[in-house]
Amino acid sequence: MLLKLAWRNIWRNKRRTLITMASIVFAVILCVLMDALKKGFLDEMKKNMVGFYTGYVQVQQADYWDEKTLDNSFLFQDSLPQLIARNRSVTGITPRVESFTLAASEEYAKGAMIIGIDPLKEEMVTQLSEKIHQGSYLEATDKAVLIGEGLADYLKLGVGDTMVVLGQGYHGVSATAKYPIKGLIKFGTPDLNKGMIYLPLKESQQLFGMDNRLTSFVLQLKDIDKAEIVQTQIAADLSKEYRALHWKTMLPELDSFIDGETRENVVFQIVLYLLIAFGIFGTILMMTLERQREFGILVSVGMQKFRLTAMVILENSMIALFGALMGTLLSVPVVFYFNQFPIHVTGQLAKAYENFNLQPIFYFSLAPEIFYNQGLIVLAVAMVLSLYPIFKIARLQPVAAMRS
Amino acid sequence: MENSKIVIKTENLTKIYGEGEVAVRAINNVDLTIKAGEFTALVGPSGSGKTTLLNMIGGLDAPTSGKVWIDKVDISTLSNNRLIDFRLHNIGFVFQAYNLIPVLTAKENIEFIMLLQKRPKAERQQRVLALLKEVGLSDKKDSRPDALSGGQQQRVAVARALASKPKFILADEPTANLDSKTAGKLLDTMAALNHEEGITFIFSTHDQRVIERAHRVITLVDGAIAKDELIEYPSDHAQPETA
Ligand SMILES: Nc1ncnc2c1ncn2[C@@H]1O[C@H](COP(=O)(O)OP(=O)(O)OP(=O)(O)O)[C@@H](O)[C@H]1O
Ligand SMILES: [Mg+2]
Repeated sequence: MLLKLAWRNIWRNKRRTLITMASIVFAVILCVLMDALKKGFLDEMKKNMVGFYTGYVQVQQADYWDEKTLDNSFLFQDSLPQLIARNRSVTGITPRVESFTLAASEEYAKGAMIIGIDPLKEEMVTQLSEKIHQGSYLEATDKAVLIGEGLADYLKLGVGDTMVVLGQGYHGVSATAKYPIKGLIKFGTPDLNKGMIYLPLKESQQLFGMDNRLTSFVLQLKDIDKAEIVQTQIAADLSKEYRALHWKTMLPELDSFIDGETRENVVFQIVLYLLIAFGIFGTILMMTLERQREFGILVSVGMQKFRLTAMVILENSMIALFGALMGTLLSVPVVFYFNQFPIHVTGQLAKAYENFNLQPIFYFSLAPEIFYNQGLIVLAVAMVLSLYPIFKIARLQPVAAMRS
Repeated sequence: MENSKIVIKTENLTKIYGEGEVAVRAINNVDLTIKAGEFTALVGPSGSGKTTLLNMIGGLDAPTSGKVWIDKVDISTLSNNRLIDFRLHNIGFVFQAYNLIPVLTAKENIEFIMLLQKRPKAERQQRVLALLKEVGLSDKKDSRPDALSGGQQQRVAVARALASKPKFILADEPTANLDSKTAGKLLDTMAALNHEEGITFIFSTHDQRVIERAHRVITLVDGAIAKDELIEYPSDHAQPETA
């Protein structure tokens, strides 16, 4: 009976019900979009910095992190990757030699990071080949380099041109060589784009005079959100010679940036929820005041207030539930669209983003929790607001209510 | 059919609205007794306290002082929730207008009260149809209030008030929104119910033609009973004179 009453009451004032529902639907879509954008942006940034470069966990020689010189490299032994691979969360391991050098063309020179990689293993962990914009990926035996597009621009070099590297190798030996450029890589972050050189591992060991030595192993994880746990587990297994680091240690600025953004996002969302709450409250307030007389008569003729309250709760929850559900469902294609076709920022704003070392592209995350979290939050907001009519009913005086 | 059982009794009933300078004595020391089977009109100028008195008798408004007994129950002793249940089982209400639940049909509006009383389904169905017949609206049972005329709505309201088998029905200006012909019809319905079923009615009104149908006319002036007269039973009071 109450259900029937509630259902009919909802459709009695179709326009008001539809307005309320629509405001909830749009609220959910808006919240989902904002959250997907924020999460997409941060995920993309993390992927660009961590995923393509440092990896989520690295194993290095114990002193390397504090003093990044090739003298703090370690001798490759099969036992180390075997030990690491025993951790079930690790799905891939790739060796690296990293060193800072000067890269030069005939006219220009610029500092850059040389990274010696095992092309096959690197591909498994960071999918480097996908970032190739021109030219082709490295083979293990190549004596050639891949360089960031930004660096190529700076040096005015292209695929097939020759680049000179000047640096210092293991124990101070001089490390100088000329390499043809085999491909150009386009990174998501301008910093990497302007400063990365990839070389096959063997060739880099040759260049730096450090036969069979490495500066790090980069680990691929099953779940990137468990980086800290995996780091702790692996650290426990390692001998004193080695050290395991997770990305938050390796990229502390990124970590604090993401933290800050996330917190800022919470504040922003609260403001958004407040705005939405006022919108929904408007219609609930109208509904409650309009129906004072009706409520007064119902209580007068003998309807207990708890029944009346139950009826109003049913009405509001049907509207809120339907609105939140519709909003969540409708937001899926919208976010999916933006996920497939991210928004490219142009002009001044793009420059500003580059200056902050950010990609001028708005990505949208499709993480499922965004949808149900936002749907649930808006639903909760709507339900909390329906406490108002409940409160009004609790205080309702039939005579006064019927006068209005 | 004459029944002398007292269903309503008030003692020193007083209602004061506001305080100090602006205090209004809406009802002033009213002692009133209503017996079962009476058909009483409450009359008096606007502001004389008719609504206030009916509301206090109906347990919708609390007196400032004095007491109301309904069938020997002092209703001031009831808690709010008990009072709501007391109204449900003992008092039928007909208000001036918008009595009905707009989203329910005539039949459902009447049945609603019995649902609140948790009456079995078979009894509800049977009684709803009987009541609709008594108020002459059998053919309108599936109409919603907005599809009924003002007079028809008020007759459904009377049927609903009766549905709970109350001890009496309070009607505050039930004809105020009706033209006099329709008002006459409503009064016919009420008078017939009073005459044939012995239903006790107390109704307030300004309408001279409605007053003429009453058996007892209580006149309020400034919150006090100025006149209380018994009127001879018109021999044909159940016959609609205006139809
Ligand atoms: N809630 C209230 N607050 C203050 N004064 C009130 C209130 N309700 C009624 N009154 C006053 O009490 C007096 C009696 O009012 P009441 O409504 O009972 O009169 P009535 O006889 O029903 O009048 P009418 O014929 O116009 O319906 C009036 O003076 C009115 O102004
Ligand atoms: Mg009145």
